[in-house]
Amino acid sequence: MTTKRISPELFEKLVGLAALELTAEESTYLFEEMNHQLASVEALSQIPLPEDVEPSLHGLEPKGLPPRPDEWKPFAHPEAIIALAPETEDGMIVVPDVKGAK
Amino acid sequence: MSLTQLSAFEVAHKVRTGEVKAAEFAQAALEQIRAVDGVSGSLNPGELDPIEESKVHAFIQVTQDKAIEQAEKVDQKIANGDEPGLLAGVPLSVKDIFCVEGTRTTAASKIIANFVPPYTATAVQRLVDAGAIVLGKVNLDEFTFGSSNESSAFQPSTSNPWNTEYVPGGSSGGSAASVAAQEVALSLGTDTGGSIRQPAAFCGVVGLKPSYGRVSRLGLIAFASSLDCPGPLSRNVRDSALMLQVMAGNDPKDSTSSTLPVDDYLGALEQDVKGLRIGLSPDYEAVYYPDLESGELHSEPIQKGVREAVLRAAETLAKAGAEIVENVPMPNTRYGIPAYFVISRVEAASNLHRFDGVKYGYRTPEAVEDLNELYRRSRAEGFGLEPKLRILMGMYVSAAEHASSYYQKALKVRSMIRSDFEHAFDPQGAYRLDALLTSTTATTAFKRKAVYGNSVLMQYSDQMTVASNHAGVPALTMPGGLDENGLPIGIQLIGNDFREEMILRIGNAYEQLTADDAWRKVRPQVLQGEVRA
Repeated sequence: MTTKRISPELFEKLVGLAALELTAEESTYLFEEMNHQLASVEALSQIPLPEDVEPSLHGLEPKGLPPRPDEWKPFAHPEAIIALAPETEDGMIVVPDVKGAK
Repeated sequence: MSLTQLSAFEVAHKVRTGEVKAAEFAQAALEQIRAVDGVSGSLNPGELDPIEESKVHAFIQVTQDKAIEQAEKVDQKIANGDEPGLLAGVPLSVKDIFCVEGTRTTAASKIIANFVPPYTATAVQRLVDAGAIVLGKVNLDEFTFGSSNESSAFQPSTSNPWNTEYVPGGSSGGSAASVAAQEVALSLGTDTGGSIRQPAAFCGVVGLKPSYGRVSRLGLIAFASSLDCPGPLSRNVRDSALMLQVMAGNDPKDSTSSTLPVDDYLGALEQDVKGLRIGLSPDYEAVYYPDLESGELHSEPIQKGVREAVLRAAETLAKAGAEIVENVPMPNTRYGIPAYFVISRVEAASNLHRFDGVKYGYRTPEAVEDLNELYRRSRAEGFGLEPKLRILMGMYVSAAEHASSYYQKALKVRSMIRSDFEHAFDPQGAYRLDALLTSTTATTAFKRKAVYGNSVLMQYSDQMTVASNHAGVPALTMPGGLDENGLPIGIQLIGNDFREEMILRIGNAYEQLTADDAWRKVRPQVLQGEVRA
């Protein structure tokens, strides 16, 4: 048996935070796989790291252009973007009510 | 020689000189697709004819009309005496993770199966502007999350053209297979942990992961933004150099795209390998994997034939005047996958939050009570298992209470992996390498369903490739032989920052030196007319 590092309760909490819903079959599989992956990740704790090592957000630091001035530039076809939404009305995206909102 | 066998370089030459029209190349590519590809991947594949088992299934969508239109434009330019571009008339496939204006772009996921982007990715635009003909969008693991193509929501997933019972690798499996099966001369893929190189190795083609920032990521649907690299797949090294030449260079719309000048990659191919220092590392001769109970690392040597191919390549290069430097220490290579499990999942979870059933893509058709339920239902129905797993894992390891033990630690390990390469390439250091020579994968291609479902084992198939993603350095894979089952072996050259020209030069030299090797005469099964019922 694999050592479980995530409890079923925490797993359920994560599913909610991730804005997901799972079938029982999906839950069983994903719960097992997450714990297996964590066994791999645990290898990180065994690595001897020198005190002075800094974290890298990129391996090779990007050397791109500096940020542009924050100027408004209209997209040529905003209607093409709005048209991608599953439900629209008068150029607005329609969604169900937010719970508790009046 | 048929038109589909020609290299991109030869195609562009014939089109430019007027010997063959771009439209003829487009038609030849379409005929080859009809002959070998079978049904395209779809969300509802239904019952498949057994004959489909012997097909490649690289494409999700063949954009025939657009391809013919683009080819006619190239031919018109030539007729007018205008410059047709470096890739005039070259058939190209695009991994279905790049936005192409007006063309459905799915990421091989149900959640954006109906997405038609209003703009085109910079890399694609540069290729089209250079005269390439886009034949269509090719299959991948869902959102690029995998190493076998099997996780695609668009089935049937791609097969390996060398033996269709085997996977093509992933995630750029459709790219690698479409090039190997001569459906196209070039393909545009992406590499986050090995997603260009591993399938290229499995399918016996060339693949290049450029330095991070060398090719713009604009219009690429993001997996892990600090690791993602668009890059070429081709049947020879020269063609990858040609394709990179067209795509590389700063894009003001991607702040991580480098402003460094682009080298002359094609010019570099004229040089030989005399005096170059090429390293071999014992740390690339074994795979390290955890015991799922204790987390302790165990090791296993890489496949014998694969190791022999690397040593054979070293010998070949040495005979041509390169200096082989043995025992280069790369001690942090073995931690590449554990660090990747953390970094890539954190970034993936963040990038996947945007798919919510509101702005674009899939929305649940079921009645819902409120907005939160709309999010949950749309994501539950739209995402496959692998994206769900990556979201959950990413959220767990980045949670405030675990950040120091997981995410911060992984970022430090990334620094250590980077320092391995800095030592190896340091011009004043002990090793002073021009390139590191390794295998691309620990094994050749595996059979369908042999690994799929075991997310840990699947991830470990990227062990030889992932370190260069962490470090941001460029890496090239090219065919290095065949194993005892006739499956391709990939060998890898890893270079210093932005030294693509160096690994392309060495790769091209190796290709020339082995041009007459018997294994190079063997063709993939799907090109031999060996159709199995």
